[in-house]
Amino acid sequence: MEEIKEQAGHMPRIGEPAPAFEAVTTHGMLKLEDFKGSWLILFSHPADFTPVCTTEFIAFSEIHPELQKRGVELLGLSVDSVSSHIAWVRNVEEKTGVKIPFPIIADLSKEVSLAYGMIHPGQSKTETVRCVFIIDPNQKIRTILYYPLTTGRNMDEILRIIDALQTTDKHGVATPANWRPGDKVVVPPPNTQEMAEERLKQGYECTDWYLCKKKL
Amino acid sequence: MACVSPDGKPTESGSKMLRALQAGLKSPEEIARDTGLPLFRVRSGLRELVQAGLAAQKEDSYKLSEEGAKLIK
Repeated sequence: MEEIKEQAGHMPRIGEPAPAFEAVTTHGMLKLEDFKGSWLILFSHPADFTPVCTTEFIAFSEIHPELQKRGVELLGLSVDSVSSHIAWVRNVEEKTGVKIPFPIIADLSKEVSLAYGMIHPGQSKTETVRCVFIIDPNQKIRTILYYPLTTGRNMDEILRIIDALQTTDKHGVATPANWRPGDKVVVPPPNTQEMAEERLKQGYECTDWYLCKKKL
Repeated sequence: MACVSPDGKPTESGSKMLRALQAGLKSPEEIARDTGLPLFRVRSGLRELVQAGLAAQKEDSYKLSEEGAKLIK
């Protein structure tokens, strides 16, 4: 059990400060604090020159312009050398025409992987699973996704989560299941009896006092 | 290093940052705006340029060093 814990490392949680790091990347040495003031999507993939990972990198590159419009930076990671990353990125561009515009951490020491709980020994003791950490401009973790080695991630969902979090931060609301920009948002529920009684008179679209929506 | 080659000469992104500093003391945000480089690249690049002796830090801003000025002439 202790050996598994040691192999797995620390598991960060939503709401905690993102673990600081300084890492070798394809864009030089980068620190987490270099991204302060921007939203950051830190994501891991199991290995360079593998099929699902390649489709994901192409997909992340395709949403990069939309992420930039939203003030979001991308940062990849795998337990591979920087030379491997460079060779792979060049190969992807040569074979598909897609240029990978974001940096990739070469985490050979597994220091960042372990700090972020990216190694899941039940899947692999040496490769990271497919993690996504969405980190806000104050460097707090806002969302965590863990996908298995066999399942490529969905870019629509990642963009949707970014839109939802930014909407929440801007308007002080929550977003319901399957929310898309333009849909009604959830009004924060009342937390006193008095507020609950007043809620139904406030002109929101309410199923009951605790579930009310509004258009932004 | 991403902004300084092993031979001590600045790369294209390093040169862009040094040229942005020609106008005087600037913050990383101002350099990012002037060069079009992402802010995270500017922050890490400035660390390298300072380490290579091509720029100097003054509180939250940066300026060209004599060595940096010679390189971009």
